[in-house]
Amino acid sequence: MKYILLIYQNPAAWETFAEEERNRVMAEAGEIMEELTQSGEWIGGEGLADPSNTKTVRVRDGVPAVTDGPFVESKEQLVGYCIVQCDTPDRATEIAARWPDARYWAMEVRPIMEPGGEEM
Amino acid sequence: MSTAPAFEDLLRGLAPQVLGALVRRYGHFDACEDAVQEALLAATVQWPDEGVPQNPRGWLATVASRRVTDQLRSDHARQRRENTIAARAPRGETVTPASDADRPADRDDTLTLLFLCCHPALSPASQLALTLRAVGGLTTAQIASAFLVPEATMAQRISRAKQRIKSTGMPFEMPAEAERADRLSVVLHVLYLIFNEGYTATSGPHLHRTDLTGEAIRLARAVHRLLPADGEVAGLLALMLLTDARRPARTRPDGSLVPLEEQDRSRWDQAAIKEGVALVTDALAHAPIGPYQLQAAIAAVHDEAPTSADTDWRQILGLYDLLERLAPNPMVTLNRAVAVAMVRGPDVALDLLATLDADDRMARHYRLAAVRAHLSEMAGDRSAALADYQTAARRTTSLPERRYLESRAARLRDAR
Repeated sequence: MKYILLIYQNPAAWETFAEEERNRVMAEAGEIMEELTQSGEWIGGEGLADPSNTKTVRVRDGVPAVTDGPFVESKEQLVGYCIVQCDTPDRATEIAARWPDARYWAMEVRPIMEPGGEEM
Repeated sequence: MSTAPAFEDLLRGLAPQVLGALVRRYGHFDACEDAVQEALLAATVQWPDEGVPQNPRGWLATVASRRVTDQLRSDHARQRRENTIAARAPRGETVTPASDADRPADRDDTLTLLFLCCHPALSPASQLALTLRAVGGLTTAQIASAFLVPEATMAQRISRAKQRIKSTGMPFEMPAEAERADRLSVVLHVLYLIFNEGYTATSGPHLHRTDLTGEAIRLARAVHRLLPADGEVAGLLALMLLTDARRPARTRPDGSLVPLEEQDRSRWDQAAIKEGVALVTDALAHAPIGPYQLQAAIAAVHDEAPTSADTDWRQILGLYDLLERLAPNPMVTLNRAVAVAMVRGPDVALDLLATLDADDRMARHYRLAAVRAHLSEMAGDRSAALADYQTAARRTTSLPERRYLESRAARLRDAR
């Protein structure tokens, strides 16, 4: 089963981190990525540019309206994601719990829909 | 995979035999497996131009042997360079002596290889990947694409599995008699998972995945050929054939799922049904009964009914009763409930389902809600059915299943 781990962060708070702490967080995430690559669970993942670069697109009556800023305005923003393939849902939450951002903000674990299925 | 020319079947059938012979001769499963992959690749490039050699197996063995010896030689040279202290032993001594080099060329190591690739010390994902590469002769890219993961991820799973085989020193030999039955059941489970991965794929962009069913059937056939008296091997092969026979009718061109009762049975593969029925009938008559045989027998009853209304539900219920006694599990109970509903009515079946609510594994499972919805609909309780279809649609993580469940819910909502 594939899961997407959504990484939430408060960019304003992140900016206040000491450089040493920021480096520690990045290194920690890097280590987990390496470990998941080794175990064959890592499918992919990326970090996202600062939310201030976000554009939200809505089409109403066929007319696109593009606004600056994220769809949901909140202190915590989506800043990255990982996709992993795990044998159990518990394993996916275990990985999320080790991700450093989970200590400061939150990680969201969501199963990815599968393209196959059983007829009933 | 699907565009494989005829010689690719030949190649892939020979792959485990060549690999087996190499591992017997040189040891070093890891290096031999890489060498066989390279030999297969060389054959794919050369044979179409130069024609299939007279002795294809010998050709592959020669090419692969050369790669292995080169590899071992260069590993050894590196080791020598790195280690300046001791005088090294002559090269030949690090290579496992070919104690049985004179064995007949038709010796088939496929089973021994399967036991190694499906070793319980490997993770399930690694067992599947390694089986398809080392025994199935598929490339890492083909396996990755079938399992919808990046090639790098699949390569890592395979290399990790090979590392584990190396580090734990798993021997290349048949498991001891005492553990053989348990080990065989792991092999069969891996083949079943490969089959299921392909079978549940729907049409459209993921069509290549369906080749996994063909691959699983091919491997199950090989095991059946090597262990013809084993009832569960025959049962698994029969189950695959009888299930796969319905594949042409199980999805619409847009990839949506067609429930069994609505399938166009004229599109079922009669040759596969005939073969599956013969296999399971023979196994049930001659071998100790087992879960795969019973599941195959259930599939056979469905496949032999000319229309959905002709289905012999009494016989299916009898088989589920046996299966539940032999291998009790909540999924079996769930399927048995459907048979109970068809024989004794939906109310009795709903009472049976209520017992599953207490089971942690099942209580939040979409299948429980889906079956309950179906039975409530049969019982005429439309609002309960609607609620359960919606619950099931929210819980499933399969797109085509969600689509199917949503359409059942919509049908009830619109009929109100």
